[in-house]
Amino acid sequence: MTAADPTVQAASPAPRPRLDTVENAASTPDETQPYAELGLKPDEYERIREILGRRPTAAELAMYSVMWSEHCSYKSSKVHLRKFGERVTEEMKQHLLVGIGENAGVVDIGDGWAVTFKVESHNHPSFVEPYQGAATGVGGIVRDIISMGARPVAVMDQLRFGAVDNPDTARVVHGVVSGVGGYGNSLGLPNVGGELVFDASYQGNPLVNALCVGVLRHEDIHLANASGVGNKVILFGARTGGDGIGGASILASETFEDGVPAKRPSVQVGDPFMEKVLIECCLELFSADVVEGIQDLGAAGISCATSELASNGEGGMHVDLDSVLLRDPSLNAGEILMSESQERMMAVVRPEKLEEFLAITAKWDVETSVIGEVNDSGRLTIDHHGQRIVDVDPRTVAHEGPVYHRPYARPAWQDELNASTTASLARPESADELRATALRLLASPNLASKSWVTDQYDRFVQGNTALAQPDDGGVVRVDESTNLGVALATDANGRYAKLDPRAGAALALAEAYRNVAVTGATPMAVTDCLNFGSPENPDSMWQLVEAIEGLADACQELGVPVTGGNVSLYNETGEPGRIDSAIHPTPVVGVLGVLDDVRTATASGWQSAGLRVLLLGATADELDGSAWADVEHQHLGGLPPRVDLAAEKALASVLVAARGDGLAAAAHDLSEGGLAQALLEASLRFGVGVRVSLDGVTQRDGVSPFVALFSETTARALVAVDPAREAELVAAAEVAGVPVVALGETGGDAVVVESAAGGFDIALDEAREAFEGTLPRIFG
Amino acid sequence: MTAVAPETLDGARVGVITFPGTLDDRDAARAVRLAGGTPVALWHADADLHGVDAVVIPGGFSYGDYLRAGAISRFAPAMGSVADAAQGGMPVLGICNGFQILTEAHLLPGSMVKNDHLQFICREQPLVVENASTAWTNQFEAGQRITIPLKNQDGQYVADERTLDELEGEGRVVFRYDGWNPNGSRRDIAGITNERGNVVGLMPHPEHAVEPGFGPAGKAGVRTGTDGLTFFTSVLAALVKA
Repeated sequence: MTAADPTVQAASPAPRPRLDTVENAASTPDETQPYAELGLKPDEYERIREILGRRPTAAELAMYSVMWSEHCSYKSSKVHLRKFGERVTEEMKQHLLVGIGENAGVVDIGDGWAVTFKVESHNHPSFVEPYQGAATGVGGIVRDIISMGARPVAVMDQLRFGAVDNPDTARVVHGVVSGVGGYGNSLGLPNVGGELVFDASYQGNPLVNALCVGVLRHEDIHLANASGVGNKVILFGARTGGDGIGGASILASETFEDGVPAKRPSVQVGDPFMEKVLIECCLELFSADVVEGIQDLGAAGISCATSELASNGEGGMHVDLDSVLLRDPSLNAGEILMSESQERMMAVVRPEKLEEFLAITAKWDVETSVIGEVNDSGRLTIDHHGQRIVDVDPRTVAHEGPVYHRPYARPAWQDELNASTTASLARPESADELRATALRLLASPNLASKSWVTDQYDRFVQGNTALAQPDDGGVVRVDESTNLGVALATDANGRYAKLDPRAGAALALAEAYRNVAVTGATPMAVTDCLNFGSPENPDSMWQLVEAIEGLADACQELGVPVTGGNVSLYNETGEPGRIDSAIHPTPVVGVLGVLDDVRTATASGWQSAGLRVLLLGATADELDGSAWADVEHQHLGGLPPRVDLAAEKALASVLVAARGDGLAAAAHDLSEGGLAQALLEASLRFGVGVRVSLDGVTQRDGVSPFVALFSETTARALVAVDPAREAELVAAAEVAGVPVVALGETGGDAVVVESAAGGFDIALDEAREAFEGTLPRIFG
Repeated sequence: MTAVAPETLDGARVGVITFPGTLDDRDAARAVRLAGGTPVALWHADADLHGVDAVVIPGGFSYGDYLRAGAISRFAPAMGSVADAAQGGMPVLGICNGFQILTEAHLLPGSMVKNDHLQFICREQPLVVENASTAWTNQFEAGQRITIPLKNQDGQYVADERTLDELEGEGRVVFRYDGWNPNGSRRDIAGITNERGNVVGLMPHPEHAVEPGFGPAGKAGVRTGTDGLTFFTSVLAALVKA
């Protein structure tokens, strides 16, 4: 982004820019064009000239630049993302109604119901302008879901910020949290969970990912394509303004075209009220069967919607840009095509349905304009002021952008990082030390209660929320007559992924899968948001490639297909080649599961005294990359916990069956902070304490009390069960090959832990203060 | 999921108004149904109330809360009819944004401003029922403690001292926040009624506590709270008496 040129700003009202028509472009081949400022490389620009057989017009250049951006074209990740598709078996596909490549994947959950879900990033805008960046991130993913023909039913957000003590962090946190809430709450979508992580690696590159899930009947699935010659192309919703121009490419330059008065904001501004009206309006349009398809306008605005609709359909479309309703009449053609103004949709409508379509949009007071028509020319043509300014093959814009095989290599610092294990770090031994460690971890920003954030989000709206934060997964009802519903969880541990991106991605999947299973839901499908550094940095590119490999393999092993997602690169502002050049690689993985009756979903804490508490899964000495190493030693090194997907699968089968049989009174997964954190959280959930002995674990697994409490070995969960049915659960675990040990019994108002190191107890009041006080103290 | 209603209540029709930006209309309709009534969808632009016996103005962000919460919606054609019907004694319940619309329409006194802590807040909110004789609370007992969800940005109830004294003196404070006051409302007021007791407005959301499995925690554990259902059985009972 270059500084505004004062001579341009000072100019009196700009004359209407001379139109750069197709004819003009053909006759002025040597005119210099600002492709570099628009984020295109010289060879990409040459390729455009080659495709067109002439130089592009200014409007065409604008379209290609945004559509060929990393954000829209996946040019650096495409060759690797194919692995997700390649490793989906026929068996994994059996519940998949729509796979990768559409606005969002669609999964069959039975009884004629389908669910569509997807997670997307809005990272860079959220650093520049946290409130609007986060708000429009929610808005964008919700429109993706609507365009599939689904009613959005829940959202989740995955947030990562810099260190809590950095002065800039509070600015971003407050803006992002109120942006997610301000927008999401106004849409009437329950926020049922998410993630919140603080780490210095995200300083300057916060991650704001948003997930939306929608529900529809099988027969209501709509794919966005422009078919049917003569069908009308309609733009409706908010007017097109000057916001978000070039947001998808590099922030646009004011020297883009002569006569444009001033720099325009590159971050979009959201209007959640308009979005809510659009949701209802689109659902009515779908149910009245007056649309062939609806495409949301997100990154790259009209450029994206027209070229994607046309190339997904019969290949031809003509658009008259003068018909686009504008907020700012001074916008030029390129700006109109690139604008990322929010809350806009594009529909393809048969002429005989037009009147009915307009009646519905009028009912909702939604402004509507017919801007074009589908044809069989195989070309996307656009006129402005009666002159032809775009004439392209839409496929070359939407789908045939550049594809890169970026160089990647294991970073020079990786071996040293892996060699620096936690073996040399001092470990607590006495009961007093263990107690103090558990409390410090509980109060640390990443393990402390997230209710300061989640209490700013509506989790009750729609009346279908069965579980939400702080439970392990969000659970929402889909069918009111049967209580059929879905569970959702997302996870990623950037510290693990930094130590080993391949394992880190598999571990993210394993944890999300486990969190869904803990609620009692059967895991079905995956969405992912891959947040990484610059693809032009071989270190970061290696992390991305490794993570994709790890995730694709792990999905295959667990039998859950990736249905769609998003890649966010360039989360990197450090000097290349250094260990701290980029963010921790952060492959956010979301897993969707199905529950036949959401009312029976298992909560993450025990509600009564006298329940037996069992630990499922074995514990090994795995403290590298752990919360303990971070909080107590500010250490990151070694190798992450071992990935054991067979154990995850076995554990999940026990948890799912336990819910179905009414065996599990409570279940909580073990992850960051290990058993100590899980016991404290499960006790704080409903204010019921627990008394446990670690002897069973330490003797069976040959680990110390410290390791039993703080190791982050995967494939483990706590389950609380009625004593009369304990034997059933033990038997079920043994049949599935899941190690099981009884830890103790619920009750009292403290977490009491006995072990060979001696006993300690933490009163729930003290624990609650540590757990709930942290975030309000920092950000309140 | 069927609440069996006494036969005498059959056919009681409760309208639920949808404005652009209304969020909890479907929830309110579900609550009416679970209580045994028949929900009737009403549209803001339609002045015809379609012969309903009572009206719920549900929560949400009608017109985006732009200008001021409820300030635009009060001019909707449907609201003119609601005001007339309320004068005639028809039971009207305003929930959250609906309460804000009722104050803007001067069917209830006072006003709502931004929460004192300036943040949106969502929580399972304990309340004390102060007045158990309104159309919407007659199945409660005075002094009863209930829990229903609260979720709002502009939930701080304010009025001048004289109005507050009047409300107190006439027993028109229907609900008070129990324990911590979540938004700085004057005198912990969560809900009020008009002189006649047919119009009630409150900030918390009874329609989100009507069904085991999906509401706040109750005595029987997580998401078993159904205290909100009593609002809707109350109005059906009031209609039978009337």
